[in-house]
Amino acid sequence: MGTVVATAPPETRPRKSIAFWRDGDQISHLVTFLFAASIFFITVFLVYELWIHSAPSRAKFGFSFLTGKTWDPNIDEFGALPFIYGTVLTSFVALLISVPLGVGAAIFLSELAPPKLSNACTFLVELLAAVPSVIFGLLALFTLVPLLRQYVEPFLKRTLGFLPLFQGPAYGLSYLAAGLILAIMTFPFIISISREALLAVPREQREAALALGATKWESTWQVVVPFARLGIIGSIFLALARALGETMAVTMVIGNDTGIHTSLLSPGYTIAALIANNFTEATGDIFLSSLVELGLVLFALTMVLNAGAQLLIIATTRKGSKQP
Amino acid sequence: MKQQILCITLLAGATLAGASAETINAAGATFPGPIYQKWFENFHKAHSDVQINYQAIGSGGGIRQLTEGTVDFGASDMPMTNDQLSKVTKFKVLHFPTVLGGIVPTYNVPGAADLKFSGPTLAGIFLGNIKKWNDPALVKDNPGAKLPNEDITVVHRSDGSGTSFVFTDYLSKVSPEWKMKVGSNTSVNWPVGLGGKGNEGVAGLVKQTPNSIGYVELIYAAQNKMEYGSIKNAAGTFVKADSSSVSDAAAGAAKDIPADFRVSITNAPGKNAYPISTFTWLLIPDKIDNASKKKAIKDFLAWMMTSGQDDAAGLFYAPLPKPIVANEQKQLALIK
Repeated sequence: MGTVVATAPPETRPRKSIAFWRDGDQISHLVTFLFAASIFFITVFLVYELWIHSAPSRAKFGFSFLTGKTWDPNIDEFGALPFIYGTVLTSFVALLISVPLGVGAAIFLSELAPPKLSNACTFLVELLAAVPSVIFGLLALFTLVPLLRQYVEPFLKRTLGFLPLFQGPAYGLSYLAAGLILAIMTFPFIISISREALLAVPREQREAALALGATKWESTWQVVVPFARLGIIGSIFLALARALGETMAVTMVIGNDTGIHTSLLSPGYTIAALIANNFTEATGDIFLSSLVELGLVLFALTMVLNAGAQLLIIATTRKGSKQP
Repeated sequence: MKQQILCITLLAGATLAGASAETINAAGATFPGPIYQKWFENFHKAHSDVQINYQAIGSGGGIRQLTEGTVDFGASDMPMTNDQLSKVTKFKVLHFPTVLGGIVPTYNVPGAADLKFSGPTLAGIFLGNIKKWNDPALVKDNPGAKLPNEDITVVHRSDGSGTSFVFTDYLSKVSPEWKMKVGSNTSVNWPVGLGGKGNEGVAGLVKQTPNSIGYVELIYAAQNKMEYGSIKNAAGTFVKADSSSVSDAAAGAAKDIPADFRVSITNAPGKNAYPISTFTWLLIPDKIDNASKKKAIKDFLAWMMTSGQDDAAGLFYAPLPKPIVANEQKQLALIK
């Protein structure tokens, strides 16, 4: 279809007057406007399709779909809560690990590392970002999961077992495993984009800070990082979006259990994993439309979490720095 | 733009027409995918004018596409329900069993081999009632086996699949508690256990988790030389799954098979019948308007029931018993 879309504008050529045709500004305005508008149309179309196809399930369950805890195709009862919980929990664990790691690494690579090392690392990071998720999933299933089961989870139970977060049998497959693999998958995005943002900070900013007597670290942490704030935040949003929607790698290591568990060591489920697992064999109407409604829930969840993160950032940065 | 699309369509049409006179599209179950690919290839070699494209997208997808009329025929690991049949308005759907397959319990119990399971014990394990490997029920099924005092980790399929349907269908027949609490379907609300995606996911988890048990298709277990257990059949003997014991299940159930072939043959009678066996079906419309397409499909079905069956055992499927082939040949006449 790519070719069809690309040839659409030339089709309108003969109808336009030559004067208009010479005016490159207007054409570029129109063309880029259409491209930008396509984002809007795709989003609207997506929501519309999800809305229409989830009609039977919405009619049957209403808002109790969001709070229901049973997922049983045999009695046509579907509730989304365990999957919403699993999606939010695993993404949270992932960002908890990958944000400090990613931003820290980006600061080192852009500010402190010798250029050669920085370039080599950046190349590797960009390579990591391009690895398909199924590879990460397989890697996690055959290396991360046995490690977790044999060493990490028993260790967590011994040391932090008094917390409800680290109780229950150690299967290896768990919210924790999913969170870890998501952290590994999102961390290249954070490094790569944050590093670009940090590198884009004007040299004068650093020099001014140093001239005022700041140390190298003070200038980095109090001037450069706040200046690159927007780029860093953007990278975190992108990471969050990837974590929320990741399917293959997560379903391979999360254990696919439809319950809600407090313990990070328990198996769980995410929305994307459930849809991927069940869509091909979903035969009943209610079953199918419940899966579509889950897609709608994931869409809404992404918006709510993104908006929440935006608000949090606005609230926390207002009192902090005064940079743009 | 329209011209371009037209050109592409013409080009595509020309290449397809060059390759064959009749292209038939089918979609459905993944479990018989390997043998269908082989059949369609072999059939094409013998009849160069017929090309059948098969997409293994899952039984549910096959049924949906057939209902919507986007494929010429479908394939499924479970017979269509009355509800599903009532949604097909343009024609009636005929079920043609093609081959048989078995589902086997696979386990990883250090120090134990050749384990035996009776139906209620297997159901007890998957219900979470039997929690330890040295549970009295397991000891009773396996006199003399070295069973550890360890927790059982249950592994099941996380994706919807015909394999799960057959397995849960069997458990429903041998355990009233299973039938009441869980029931049978391509995906169910599993009371306990971890979910692995696909046969390979379940097999991978069982292999790396000590003291675990799962279930996979016989062909998958055989091809990967995995350890699997015997199951106690309706006649009371412990039977290990193979091509002949699975075929015997169909033969044992033959006299109870209805005219439309929509039947489950789990827990079938017969001394050597393997109890977790199933047919897999092609779903054929009884009315095919295009005459050459109709002839091609009928030719293929007739070929599949006879010469095609020889390919089954090599791929670890079980061939259809003779009486069933005879009945299917009668059903061929219903395609108009």
